[in-house]
Amino acid sequence: MATTYVGERLKRLEDPELIVGAGNYMDDITLPGMAHVAILHSPYAHARILSVDTSRATALPGVVAVFTGKDMEADTNALPCAWQAGSVTNNVNTPRPLAVDEVHFVGDPVAFVVAEDLYTARDALDLIEVEYEPLPTVVDAEQATQEGAPQLHENAPNNVCMHWTAGNQAGTDTAFDQAEVVVSQKLINQRLIPTAMETRGAIGSYNAGTDEYTLWLSSQAPHVHRLLLAAFVLNVPEHKIRVIAPDIGGGFGSKIFIYPDMAIVAWASRKLNRPMKWIEDRQENYLWTSHGRDHTTHAEIAGTRDGKITGLRAKTYANLGGYLSSIAPGIPTTLYGRMATGVYKIPNTFVEVFGVYTNTAPVDAYRGAGRPEATYLVERMVDRFAREIGMDPAEVRRKNFIQPEDFPYDNGLGMLPYDSGDYEKALNRALELVGYQELRQQQTEALAQGRYIGVGFSSYVEVCGVAPSAWIGLNGQGWGAGLWESANVKVHLTGKVVVTTGTAPHGQGHVTTFSQIVADELGIPIEDVVVQYGDTQGQPFGLGTYGSRSLAVGGTAIHRSVTKIKDKAKKIAAHLLEASEEDLVWQDGKFMVKGSPDAAKTIQELALAAHVGYSLPPGMEPFLDETTYHDPPNCTFPFGTHICVVEVDPETGKVEFLRYLAVDDVGNVINPLIVDGQLHGGIVQGMAQAMWEQGVYDESGQLVTGTLMDYAIPKASMVPNFELDRTVTPTDVNPFGAKGAGEAGTIASAPAVVNAVVDALKPFGITHLDMPLTPERLWRAIQEKRNQPSDSATAPTGGSHPPGDASTPASGAGA
Amino acid sequence: MIPGQFDYHAPTTVQEAVQLLQEHGDEAKVLAGGHSLVPLMRLRLAAPSVLVDINRIPELRGINRTNGTVTIGATTTHATIERSEVLKRVLPMLPAAATVIGDPMVRNRGTFGGSLAHADPAGDWPAVALALNAEMRIVGPDGERTVPAGEFFVDLLTSAVEPGELLTHVSIPVPGGNVGMSYQKFGHPASGYAVTGVAAIVTLYENNYCLDCSIAITGAGTKATRATETENALRNQTLDEATMAQAAEQAGTGIDFLGDIYASEEYRQQLVKVYTKRALLAALHAANEGQSAEAQKTL
Repeated sequence: MATTYVGERLKRLEDPELIVGAGNYMDDITLPGMAHVAILHSPYAHARILSVDTSRATALPGVVAVFTGKDMEADTNALPCAWQAGSVTNNVNTPRPLAVDEVHFVGDPVAFVVAEDLYTARDALDLIEVEYEPLPTVVDAEQATQEGAPQLHENAPNNVCMHWTAGNQAGTDTAFDQAEVVVSQKLINQRLIPTAMETRGAIGSYNAGTDEYTLWLSSQAPHVHRLLLAAFVLNVPEHKIRVIAPDIGGGFGSKIFIYPDMAIVAWASRKLNRPMKWIEDRQENYLWTSHGRDHTTHAEIAGTRDGKITGLRAKTYANLGGYLSSIAPGIPTTLYGRMATGVYKIPNTFVEVFGVYTNTAPVDAYRGAGRPEATYLVERMVDRFAREIGMDPAEVRRKNFIQPEDFPYDNGLGMLPYDSGDYEKALNRALELVGYQELRQQQTEALAQGRYIGVGFSSYVEVCGVAPSAWIGLNGQGWGAGLWESANVKVHLTGKVVVTTGTAPHGQGHVTTFSQIVADELGIPIEDVVVQYGDTQGQPFGLGTYGSRSLAVGGTAIHRSVTKIKDKAKKIAAHLLEASEEDLVWQDGKFMVKGSPDAAKTIQELALAAHVGYSLPPGMEPFLDETTYHDPPNCTFPFGTHICVVEVDPETGKVEFLRYLAVDDVGNVINPLIVDGQLHGGIVQGMAQAMWEQGVYDESGQLVTGTLMDYAIPKASMVPNFELDRTVTPTDVNPFGAKGAGEAGTIASAPAVVNAVVDALKPFGITHLDMPLTPERLWRAIQEKRNQPSDSATAPTGGSHPPGDASTPASGAGA
Repeated sequence: MIPGQFDYHAPTTVQEAVQLLQEHGDEAKVLAGGHSLVPLMRLRLAAPSVLVDINRIPELRGINRTNGTVTIGATTTHATIERSEVLKRVLPMLPAAATVIGDPMVRNRGTFGGSLAHADPAGDWPAVALALNAEMRIVGPDGERTVPAGEFFVDLLTSAVEPGELLTHVSIPVPGGNVGMSYQKFGHPASGYAVTGVAAIVTLYENNYCLDCSIAITGAGTKATRATETENALRNQTLDEATMAQAAEQAGTGIDFLGDIYASEEYRQQLVKVYTKRALLAALHAANEGQSAEAQKTL
């Protein structure tokens, strides 16, 4: 009965419940006597709070109470920043649960209403009178660092909260001085708004009898939320708080962080001795749940005419918003700067990062977190370099790849050594699958007919499975804690297995993946495994789910617990079979005596023996129950090459996807269906950054893209079918040889799309376009080139193409 | 996203509805599919104290063909139009245009009349109704009146329906002869609304000789507008790509262009030219092929 689940395309065990509407999301939770909370957010991006008058709101029938920042000030502290990277220590500015004197972005919470129902709570918000004194605002990170810019926080002159560097400055300067070719490019990696399908929520319930709190939170890390709320914000002992993360409808990082509402529901539930429920609406979600990306980078690449890259230099202004979100400083430093050279051996690299306060929503980790920005930087610059020297972009990549024999590879930027890789293999596979030579031929033929087809590459490496605590915690990274993961495995009398994990899935399919592993390891049907998570009560401390770490770190903890279970079960088997342990082998889900297949005990039989406990080896404790806290020796480094093929309509600037092909190497794969799903979703998210999404503030700090009518998230109809393939280069960092797949798609796809579109517009002389690639942006770029007389030699036709000519002919370009 | 408080009425006859609207005056809003009104209320950009839900008035729902006219009830959903076999045969632009409105959920709830009466500058139906010379039947306290589409769209979010009145039906003459029609749209990636949408109808004699043509544009400006200059330039001409493209250059004449962070006025001017040309090409193609909705879709 050898069951092998690992490697199977198993449908997700989680799905039937969710599909039939039987899930238990935040807003499904109702507690007896529960009151409803509505939060008043500042309409100003920067202002002094002169007065808050709550009397009219309080008088509204159905309102229980209205609280302001002053009411909470004595009992609560500012939220902590847990990743104080880049010497940010001296100017940490984090939000209080409610602002007291000053607000720093539109969305900053100022007061909240508690009412018998949500409608009354919302009505009462309109009755709170706040007198603000508006202050000057700044929303752009680079502008915020200039002399004379409005200042947000006294302890951060020029709004700089950190200045961080990685690499070799002197060597890099020399490399540039001596370079045959230098290409400079300003790159905007625009602000994105994580749009989890379920917005956030928080429910607090205080038990006056036991002096204990139970909090239901939209959480990717319930143990961490409990710890931070207890130790830093609420002044409540950790063991007096229980945090439960129910079903969570996506997060993409935005539900890692600690938010004011968490403190608000806890504090108010005690103050009023009633359960409190707050559910974020989409507008609030866009205003104040942490955003992602928002880098302005001045990048330079140096190299030789024959295609060798000799240097990379980048100065990045990372917009961190009005306050530091929970792990914000770590994203543009450890997870960006240290990955800046990507898959390439670049001998001299220097990255300089300014973390900047602005009057915008806080910016923190968002799917990929730093690595999409790093990949965009290096992949865009490699393309710019290839174009400059007139070499095929695939060839330039090949010439500069880190080679298989270079692993473990130290990139010189303070990152851990890359574990394993064969970058050329993935590139070659992608080129083969896409039919590269023919594709280039088709591109040339199309151009002759006035059709603008482009081919774009993205060869990426990312770091996941973060991380060894001794590295992330100590070695200058500034992370304030360890980053191990935990698991407990119990085999009950009936042979059923209960796995509890410190990871906190919110859409990733951990139940399925982990069950596959456990069922295989114990030789039992997958139905006999249950995986529990998301509750600090009864589950071992875990650091949570993010950074594609759950399988590599959390899965390994499970594997190690199962191994311990089997070690113990083997001793029991030896005892029951009256054999020595050395004579036992594990086969087909049984321990059997070598050469005597009838003398065998299944794991179920051994669990029964362990449970009843009357015939165990002397001194052995009953029950099969093992816990592991796993701290990995290294991160893992998945990689691959994506190729995007587009066609641009020169009349409108509209982009059509012709093909999208991805060859990813995520090491060994436990469930290919889940990995494909993660890649599909990830690719779409990166495409969306390239094409549609952009969080826009006006100069006064108003969020212009504040609803889904303005902020364009991708829909299934907007993307092509994906052609997926894999190479497999296992890692030795964990027993599965698996690397992680949660973010790879997002990290790879944005540069592939941009490179494809820029390639399509090469006949016009266009060398770069910032994201998102809106049709108007493309149309304007084309118009600009058409109107430049100096480019007339390379740009097809003049400004006014003949009427009726839908397909503008190319005049000898692209030959 | 919680609306303010309001009273709700669900009359079952037009008379009852009009009476309620008259009674409550400016305080009242008509609720049809709710796909424009309810989001505004949830954002508290609209706060009517009375809603008159007209979805339970049977005579307002459905599509009827009599002689040379198709009459569509105001609460007929986009989805009903999308699937109508009658319309696919005689006015194929309607079901074709319905397929590019919002998404299936929107089309299942949103209504033809609601969209027209709301006069959203980026709605799809205004251009289609305008190009097809639709007539709007409006019932008010003083009885019934009929307004041609050309006079129906007054300004940004303002139609000829006065407070206290109800748009009940839209009548569309079925064009005769060798006719081709097409609606071509450049949709906003977030909202799905038309950044520019062009409805074009051509009536041909032999050898692509244009007896008549009708073009209406939505999305680009403050209200849906007929491209009169382009129409005039094409009537009594032999249609080919160059002629239509040249005429389309004038399609923006008379439009009070709008711009936003996604698409500037200048860009919309370009889109109007390009999409007018494409709608004309598609309409010509449809006429040549013998019009069918399927024929339009392939373009």
